[in-house]
Amino acid sequence: MTDSTMTTRQKVEASMRRRRAAETRFRLYGMASVLFGLLCLVVLFGDIFSKGTSAFSQTVLTTTIELNGDYLGIDKDSPRDEIMSANYDGLIKRHFAKEMKPSGRSEARKLFSLISSGAGWQLQSEVLADPSLIGQSITINLLVDDDVDQWFKHERGENIHASRLSEQQLEWIQSWVDSGALHTRFNTTFFVNGDSREPELAGIRGAMTGTLLTLLVTFLLSFPIGVSAAIYLEEFAPKNRLTEIVEININNLAAVPSITFGLLGLAIFINIFGVSRSTPLVGGLVLTLMTLPTIIISGRAAIKAVPPSIREAALGLGASKMQTVFHHVLPLAMPGMLTGTIIGMAQALGETAPLLMIGMIAFVVDVPGFVNDPSTVLPVQIFLWSDSPERAFTERTSGAIMVLLGFLILMNTAAVMLRRRLERRW
Amino acid sequence: MSIIENHKTVGTPLSEGSKLSARDVCVFYGEKQAIYNVSLDIRQNEVIALIGPSGCGKSTFLRCLNRMNDTIDICNVTGQILLDGDDIYHPRVDVVPLRATVGMVFQKPNPFPKSIYDNIAYGPRIHGLASSRVDLDEIVEKSLQRAGLWNEVKDRLHSPGTGLSGGQQQRLCIARTIAVDPEVILMDEPCSALDPIATAKIEELIDELRENYTIAIVTHSMQQAARVSQRTAYFHLGQLIEVNATDKVFTTPEHQLTEAYITGRFG
Repeated sequence: MTDSTMTTRQKVEASMRRRRAAETRFRLYGMASVLFGLLCLVVLFGDIFSKGTSAFSQTVLTTTIELNGDYLGIDKDSPRDEIMSANYDGLIKRHFAKEMKPSGRSEARKLFSLISSGAGWQLQSEVLADPSLIGQSITINLLVDDDVDQWFKHERGENIHASRLSEQQLEWIQSWVDSGALHTRFNTTFFVNGDSREPELAGIRGAMTGTLLTLLVTFLLSFPIGVSAAIYLEEFAPKNRLTEIVEININNLAAVPSITFGLLGLAIFINIFGVSRSTPLVGGLVLTLMTLPTIIISGRAAIKAVPPSIREAALGLGASKMQTVFHHVLPLAMPGMLTGTIIGMAQALGETAPLLMIGMIAFVVDVPGFVNDPSTVLPVQIFLWSDSPERAFTERTSGAIMVLLGFLILMNTAAVMLRRRLERRW
Repeated sequence: MSIIENHKTVGTPLSEGSKLSARDVCVFYGEKQAIYNVSLDIRQNEVIALIGPSGCGKSTFLRCLNRMNDTIDICNVTGQILLDGDDIYHPRVDVVPLRATVGMVFQKPNPFPKSIYDNIAYGPRIHGLASSRVDLDEIVEKSLQRAGLWNEVKDRLHSPGTGLSGGQQQRLCIARTIAVDPEVILMDEPCSALDPIATAKIEELIDELRENYTIAIVTHSMQQAARVSQRTAYFHLGQLIEVNATDKVFTTPEHQLTEAYITGRFG
């Protein structure tokens, strides 16, 4: 055997080195890609978390304030609207003026700007809850202004030259810190309040309620329509040109940019049908159009996966087509359809562009009560806050992003668990 | 091998007053013809075996008898098939009650992913055969007894049907078919997915069922045909070559193709 006439075995051996090298290279490329993806994820989450975790704590000032009935002009038996309209702001200002003793009007104003403008509302709600407190002294945690909040959480101990607070203000704050009156606690305001111009009073409740209502409308509309369409296309539609065209169009709709649906919603739902703009109702209608292709496509795949033997068994027993589909095929395809629906909902949860077109970008302070109330959704809220220059809004933007991500992860996990639990073995 | 021109079925394919009558049945899958002018009578309360090499059309022919071929879009059936004298392919015939009268058991056991009780009860429920829960219980018990499965499952009627062994599942499918009170039972290779013990049980069952039902069974196993049937029909490339008493087909077949098949010259 000379070199030029190697046996097959020798030829294979000779090529092995190159093949092994190629496989090792491929595996390295794969691992590098995965690592790169993971790195991006880590950087993204790291950035969001580092900016956002501080949003979940808020700085409060603990103080004991006397609810002077004479000053407020009310007592414990006063009618409710009188109690509501009493001058709590003035009471707070008087209290702090007495405590910190500012010299002159402009200094006093600087002192009062350290307390949140919402402090008056805090006091009001305490009194409304228990009018017998009038005349007594109560200890209350008052919200501080966002400048103080940010300073306390981030700038303490750093150089104060870049601070928005004057030296005198910092002296006052420091005295509160030293006496232990200034401290942080969990930021319930973030979850309980609606949007506000004041960062320390801003919360995501309005946006969350809007999101939930919008998703509810989307689900109630897209699930029945999507499931019915999937069943019809898969089981009952005749195999002709018209059906083909419908199928092609549905597949294409899944790829249409979402902002187009917003334009459609604006033109048809708002202008022609007269649905009120910026409501979860019209938002839900637009998102329904967007998620329908997803539900239909995944629904059809779920129906196709039902083995034909089950259908034959039912038909062989004398079940009609409808009975076969609704008694046997649909229950077996349902887990797949639900999974597809949850994934579609999770997509809809994060949609911003189409909702901007139909007006959900408005600054809405009230928490919506019903699907016809003006509202905004969480992604849009994030978008609005990200525009604000205040530092406090920066951290709240990241905080809201964390909440949104939390929901998305929850929904996708639910979809995976549902799919795994309901997987059938034929 | 190609089809025989102007072939006339040898033996005794036709008889008077039979349960099912097929006359000049042709089946086309699109352009391709699968069954060529088959005429066959199936007598009341007999077991007739349809045998032949793979792809010879026996399953296709069987599925014509309860119009299961309707579910295949490109399938086209011509000719006449009479059940008790009525043409089952008449445009005004509803396939739903037809399939309750002519039941089918498939090759691979296919119980519904429901409980054993619900598997059996499904047919009677949709056809309105039981007016009360008591009636339904009775039908379920009777069907399971007739299928020889009652003793094995009577205390676990609500456990899933898919939890049974292969042989038990096939008997469950037979019980399910019996529950709608058919007159004819078509069996498409019912034992090919089962072990010998389960197969023996089912063959025993077929013998018992003969009392009340007419049975047509497609089988790949000549020995099985010899064991269970009274008459045997031999199919070859879509043509019905010979129909005779089972003993005769397996000992002194009339046609040379039949002889070639049973002696194993081709499979």
